[in-house]
Amino acid sequence: MGPILRGHTRRLALTLLVAALALAAGAVLAATAGADAISPDAGPTKNAIDIDTLYKIAFYLALVVIGLVWGVLFYSLFRFRARRGRRAPQITGNAALELGWTIGASLIVIVLAGITYIMLPGTKNPQSSGAPALAEARSQNATLDQPPPPAGTKPLEITVSGQQYIWRYQYPNGAVSFQQMIVPVDTTVVLSIKANDVAHSWWIPKLGGKFDTLPGYTNKTWFKATDTGTFDGRCAEFCGSGHAVMTAKVTVVGQQQYQSWVQTQKQQIQQAQKLALQMRKQFQ
Amino acid sequence: MATSEYTALRPQPAAGPSAAEIFVGELPRRRAGWIDWVTTTDHKKIGILYLFTTAFFFLLGGVEALLMRIQLGAPDNTFLDPVTYNQLFTLHGTTMIFMVVVPIAAGFANYLVPLMIGARDMAFPRLNMLSWWLLVFGGVTLYTSIFFSPPDAGWTSYAPLSNATFLPGHGIDAWILSLHLVGLSSILGAINFIVTIHNMRAPGMSLSRMPLFVWTILVYAYMIILAISSLAATLAMLLVDRNFHGTFFDPTQGGSPLLWQHLFWFMGHPEVYIMALPAFGMVSEIVPVFSRKPIFGYRAIVIATAGIAFLGMLVWAHHMFSTPLTTPVLGFFMLSSLAIAVPTGIKIFNWLATLWRGNIELRVPLLFVCGFIAQFVIGGATGVMLALFPVDWQLTDTYFVVAHMHYVLFGGALFAIFGGLYYWFPKMSGRMLSEGLGKLSFWIMVIGFNLTFLPQHSAGMSGMARRVYEYGDTGSLHAYNLASTIGSFILAMGILVTIANVFWSLRRGRRASPDPWQGNTLEWFTTSPPPAHNFDVIPTVRSLEPMKDIRRRVLEQEQPAVEAEPVAEPVG
Repeated sequence: MGPILRGHTRRLALTLLVAALALAAGAVLAATAGADAISPDAGPTKNAIDIDTLYKIAFYLALVVIGLVWGVLFYSLFRFRARRGRRAPQITGNAALELGWTIGASLIVIVLAGITYIMLPGTKNPQSSGAPALAEARSQNATLDQPPPPAGTKPLEITVSGQQYIWRYQYPNGAVSFQQMIVPVDTTVVLSIKANDVAHSWWIPKLGGKFDTLPGYTNKTWFKATDTGTFDGRCAEFCGSGHAVMTAKVTVVGQQQYQSWVQTQKQQIQQAQKLALQMRKQFQ
Repeated sequence: MATSEYTALRPQPAAGPSAAEIFVGELPRRRAGWIDWVTTTDHKKIGILYLFTTAFFFLLGGVEALLMRIQLGAPDNTFLDPVTYNQLFTLHGTTMIFMVVVPIAAGFANYLVPLMIGARDMAFPRLNMLSWWLLVFGGVTLYTSIFFSPPDAGWTSYAPLSNATFLPGHGIDAWILSLHLVGLSSILGAINFIVTIHNMRAPGMSLSRMPLFVWTILVYAYMIILAISSLAATLAMLLVDRNFHGTFFDPTQGGSPLLWQHLFWFMGHPEVYIMALPAFGMVSEIVPVFSRKPIFGYRAIVIATAGIAFLGMLVWAHHMFSTPLTTPVLGFFMLSSLAIAVPTGIKIFNWLATLWRGNIELRVPLLFVCGFIAQFVIGGATGVMLALFPVDWQLTDTYFVVAHMHYVLFGGALFAIFGGLYYWFPKMSGRMLSEGLGKLSFWIMVIGFNLTFLPQHSAGMSGMARRVYEYGDTGSLHAYNLASTIGSFILAMGILVTIANVFWSLRRGRRASPDPWQGNTLEWFTTSPPPAHNFDVIPTVRSLEPMKDIRRRVLEQEQPAVEAEPVAEPVG
């Protein structure tokens, strides 16, 4: 056998050790610096939490695979370094081994696909709304692929329209708001996402994934926030020079607060329309 | 036929009247240096032209990246205005993908494929030169637009943003025409590679004895023909929409912006493998040479290469998981994307198995290749995570994707290409690159690369979208981005060390023998650099590793006469 670690090998071993330690330290630092460092944001809604869980399963599985590859790679580089007089065995393959890792790799991705499909309904299908029926809410089938929420519960359906460079929200009762969306807590909110000019993408990280808006298409998503709070988001599809400032915000408030906000909005809109009508008459 | 005797077989410049008679009328007239270069039809010179051209574009793209990193080094920075920033990332992506990674493979392939298969040139030498000129003109077309209005719709130019209604400047038109030229260059090059590889192999070199780099170039060429001709049609449609009242992608006239995404990614994803496969081929050449062991599972690697290409044509909509598609469509593209991890994994395992129990000489080419394996596996793993479409809903269009694709294309493909540069530079120039500078460059690049791109995963998961010129100072975004910016400059220094190494070694490098690494393939049979006609005698190929056979035969012949005739050190 002879000594495994000779001059240059020892140097390399040290370098790799330092590199590995630095990487590990970096990872730990990053992980403690913010809980958001190693997995996507997830707020108080099931679809976001589901995605986070699926991500973590895939992430830990990936760590195992990366660890295996790195392990074999670095071990080979230490253990099988050239030595005078040693000749490498001239192996050209091993059918059993190759079949083995082909099946192994296939199994990993099959398991991942399986888990994804098992978790999919929970992520994609709206939950039943926990709140008592909202006065203005319409129970409507979310089109395309997203099934309607379970019968008997009434979700709040909001139309989200993206345009350069602002988000507009149309509530079922005639209320409208821009950039900041106000929704009641514990209510299933179904979003119909549309675009007026170019492609945009609706994304509030803590409330689930992003959904592109394309002019001519309606996309669907939903969330049901179980806690109040404000959740920041933004347009995630490049939409022009103002793309970076096309932010969005969802504020989850109590049921009472929501109702009073909607009333105020309605009154303000009615007043504005009245004013507009008066002005139009004036000019006629 | 011995390598050591080889110099004696080279045509001598002034070997007397008889030699002159042979060559008169056969060799083209020698012209002044630069005219000779820009009119050459020698595949080796064209290969070198490709490499210098792509290196130039690589520096341009790199400077664009550094400017963007300066802007993103601090939250709410005002170093660049939004429009300039958008132009920069458009130019960066377009340059790096279409003018660096794809043609750099064509550069290596131009130089190496005829040598590796024992041919005297490519099948269509003049077409070959045209390919290079089209690449140059494509680059000029893109970059002259910076004096007018550079394109600013991203390298994907999504409709309807890329329509004339929203971006009336002619930057997008320059972008379209540039990609037409570069695409035509790639297609013509691909036809040339296919014809050369199928028809001009040395006697005895059956497909099952063909070097793996040549295999990947063959598959790369077929993929280019399928994908890039589709791109040409797609670009023509956008050109019509923008300039001649077309409505292919205009939703107000019944067109579909989703169609653009389908058509673009039908090219866009195969493009990723067009960039990655030649790099895989380089790895498959370098690993066995420096392990002193045959490649493990040659047949499996060939099948995996073809498998990746086949599946690579079927995964395009995984770039569109967040668009309005139905679940069965999402499911199909998730499964095909996951399936592609299997042949890719097979390749990685085969390379590891080649290293296993080898007699490993960790020279700079292998060092870069090991960097490739270690970093590419991270890019592969994040690729699998992104293939799960619910996960993709969170991560797509964020810095997580930016990090993923740089781990695949930079930490992966480009590291392998740097390994290829250190490996084949002696053959191309007749001089060795400095090992010391190579190692220095490698370690600086590894540190810089990982410092740049590892934190970008976290930035993406903390809500940082792609293609934004500024971000708010929330959470750890500033820390991640500052690390990235510092890392990008370290990475740039590492690259500069290799560039310095190239220019230093061209003049001062140690002279290279014909076969400095004890290689396996036929390019090492001829001198370094090879003569214009490549080989005086084309050997018959009897195995996958013809140079091993030749060295063995030389050794057998020399054994009896060992005292009489000492082996002369060949001069390059």
